[in-house]
Amino acid sequence: MSILVGADTKLLVQGITGAFGSFHAKQMMEYGTRVVAGVVPGKGGQKFEGTVPLFDTVDQAERATGANASVIFVPPPFAADAIMEAAASKLPLVIAITEGIPVNDMIRVKRFIQGTNTRLVGPNCPGVITPGGNCRIGIMPSHIHKPGRIGVVSRSGTLTYEAVFQLTRLGLGQSTAVGIGGDPVNGTNFIDVLKLFNADPDTDAVIMVGEIGGSAEEEAAAYIAKEFTKPVAGFIAGQSAPPGKRMGHAGAIISGGKGTAAEKMKAMEAAGIVMAASPAELGSTLQEAVRRGAPKRK
Amino acid sequence: MKIHEYQGKQLFKKYGVPVPRGIVAKTIEEAEKASAELGTKVTVVKAQVHAGGRGKAGGVKVVKSPAEAKEAASKILGMMLKSPQTGPEGQKVRTLYIEEGLDIGRELYLGLTLDRATSRLTFMASTEGGVEIEEVAEKHPEKILRESVDPAVGFLDFQGRKLAFGLGLAGDTVGKFTRFCRALYNVYIDTDASMVEINPLVILKDGGVVALDSKMSFDENALYKHPEIVALRDIDEEDPREAKAKEYDLAYIALEGNIGCMVNGAGLAMATMDTIKLVGGKPANFLDVGGGATREKVTHAFKLILADPAVKAVLVNIFGGIMKCDVIADGIIAAAKEVKLSIPLVVRLEGTNVEQGKELLRNSGLAITPADNLRDAAEKAVAAIK
Repeated sequence: MSILVGADTKLLVQGITGAFGSFHAKQMMEYGTRVVAGVVPGKGGQKFEGTVPLFDTVDQAERATGANASVIFVPPPFAADAIMEAAASKLPLVIAITEGIPVNDMIRVKRFIQGTNTRLVGPNCPGVITPGGNCRIGIMPSHIHKPGRIGVVSRSGTLTYEAVFQLTRLGLGQSTAVGIGGDPVNGTNFIDVLKLFNADPDTDAVIMVGEIGGSAEEEAAAYIAKEFTKPVAGFIAGQSAPPGKRMGHAGAIISGGKGTAAEKMKAMEAAGIVMAASPAELGSTLQEAVRRGAPKRK
Repeated sequence: MKIHEYQGKQLFKKYGVPVPRGIVAKTIEEAEKASAELGTKVTVVKAQVHAGGRGKAGGVKVVKSPAEAKEAASKILGMMLKSPQTGPEGQKVRTLYIEEGLDIGRELYLGLTLDRATSRLTFMASTEGGVEIEEVAEKHPEKILRESVDPAVGFLDFQGRKLAFGLGLAGDTVGKFTRFCRALYNVYIDTDASMVEINPLVILKDGGVVALDSKMSFDENALYKHPEIVALRDIDEEDPREAKAKEYDLAYIALEGNIGCMVNGAGLAMATMDTIKLVGGKPANFLDVGGGATREKVTHAFKLILADPAVKAVLVNIFGGIMKCDVIADGIIAAAKEVKLSIPLVVRLEGTNVEQGKELLRNSGLAITPADNLRDAAEKAVAAIK
C-alpha cells in the first residue's frame, strides 16, 4: 500500500512530446511507471518512443487505455485547460507539474473540479512517487528514493528531494513522497495528504516541509493535533527571509497576520511535531520524532 | 508587477471605476500648469512611487492655488520618500500626479485579492479608511467585511449591497457602490491583477463613490497575456539588480550579507539562507534559478551574484530534479571563467547526473570547494570568509 499512486496506476501524459515532457516521460518509464498513453492534440495515432500510443484528446486516451491518472507537462498558457480536460474525463488523479500558471486560471480550475471525483496535485510541483510500487509521476530524481514506510509531504520541490535523500541515506525508505507545490492556488493541501497517510497502514511516520506565506501549515498543525496518529517531523523554510517590500496590505489581511516562519513553527510544535532546526537535519529529526512517538492528542 | 497610482486610475477609468480628474506632471512647471488646468479651489499634489504611506512621509500636499502647487511640487519632486513600505534609503520621487480636490464625506477601505484558504477572490471592505488597514485587521478584525466571489458567476449585485449596507451606506450610494465593486472586479479579472487596493475610497458629500487612491499589482505569470500592462512597468521603481534578474527569468532579492547564494527552487533557496544564518553567516541574496535553467541562465545568475561588492564567498546549492547537475556545473565553470572569479566558491550538487556534474567541476581547473550536504556547504562558506 501507499497513497495516491502505486503499481496499479495507469498513467497518461499530457504534453508528452515537448522537450520537458518527453525527457521526464522516458525517466518515468525507466523507473517502471506504467505510461499507457500520451495526449497531444493533432498527433493522435502516432507513438511516443515507438511504444506509447498518442491521442488527440484525453477522452479518447482514457477510453482506449483505461488510464486512471494524468500528469500535465503542458506549457503554462495551456495548462489550466489541460487540467480541466483531464477532470472532464473523470480521471481520479491529475498531477500538474507545469510551473507558472496564472493564478486566475487556477481559480477557475479549482472551481471546475469542485464536486468532481478528480483529485488535483499541484501545479508547480515535483509530483508523486511511490518507490515500492515503482511508480514515479513527475520530475523528481528517481535514484534518491527507496521503498519504505515514511511518508513525505512538502510545498517545495527541492526540499522534498532533500528530505527523501536524507531518509534514504539513513536507511529509511519512503511509502510515498508528495510535492503539493508552492502556488497560492493548488489542488491538494497538507491536510488532504496527511489524512491519506493517517489511513495508510504502510506509512509509519511523516515528514512535513512547509514554507512562509499563507496559513496551510497552521491548519495542518491543527488537524494533526486533533486526529493524526503517527509521529511527524517538520521544517519551515524562510526563517531568515526578511519581510518583503510590499505595495499593499491586502495579502497580509487575508491571512489574518499569519504566515511567518515563527508563527508556523510555534503552531507545529504545539501540535506535537518535532521541528528540524535546519533542512540538513530533516532525516535525523524524523528519527527523533519516531523515538518520541505519535503527537499527544489534545 | 506594480504600477503607479495614476496608471491604476487610468485603468480604473477605462473600466468605469470613478476616479478624480488628474494630470501627470514630471516637472515643477507642469505641476503648476496642471493645477491651473484642473481649476478647482483645492488641488492635491501626490508623489508617484511604488509604495504606500506617502501621506505621512510628506509625499502628498493639498494646495489652494497653482503657485502653491508649484511650491509643493518643488519640495516633493526629487525627494527620497521614506515610508514603512520603501525600505530605509527611501524611494526617489520622479513623477507627480496633480488631482482635483473633492468634497469628501466619508473615507472607506476597499481591497480585492486572492483568499488562499478558499481559492477565491475576496472583497474586503472597512469603514476605517485612510488609516493603516493592517492595524485594523489585527485589532478589530470584525471591522473588515468580506465577500468571496464565485468565479463561475463573478461578482453579484447582492454582494455589493451586503458590503454597502454593512458599511452604513444608504440611498443612491448603495447602487453606486455596487457598480463600483463590479467595475473593480472586471478590471481585476481582465488585467490578471493579483491585488487591488483603494485606501481611501471616498463617499462624497453628494453621495458619489470615488477611488481617491489606487494600488494595483499584477500576476507576473499572466503578463504574457497583457502587453498593455507590461508597458506600464517603471524600471526606475525597481531594484536594478532585481530588474536585471527578471530579464533573465531569475528570482533574485538583494539582502545585507556577504555570502552569495545560487539555489534551485524557492523553498531550498530559503532553506539555504536559513542554514547559512544558523551556522553564523549572512546570506547576501535570495536567488532561485528555477527549473529548466539553461547554461546561459546560470551564467547570468552567477554574474548577478558577483556584481554585489559585498559578496565575499559564493555558495551554490543545487538539488537536481528538473535541472541536471552537469548543466549547472557547465554554467558555473563558464561564468567563473568569464568573471575571473577570485573569491571562494563552495558547491553542493545533488540529484540527476550528479557524478558528471562533480566530474566537470573537478576537471575545471578552478578552485572550487565541494560540499557533501547543505550544512557542510554553509559551514564551508562561512569558514571561507573568516
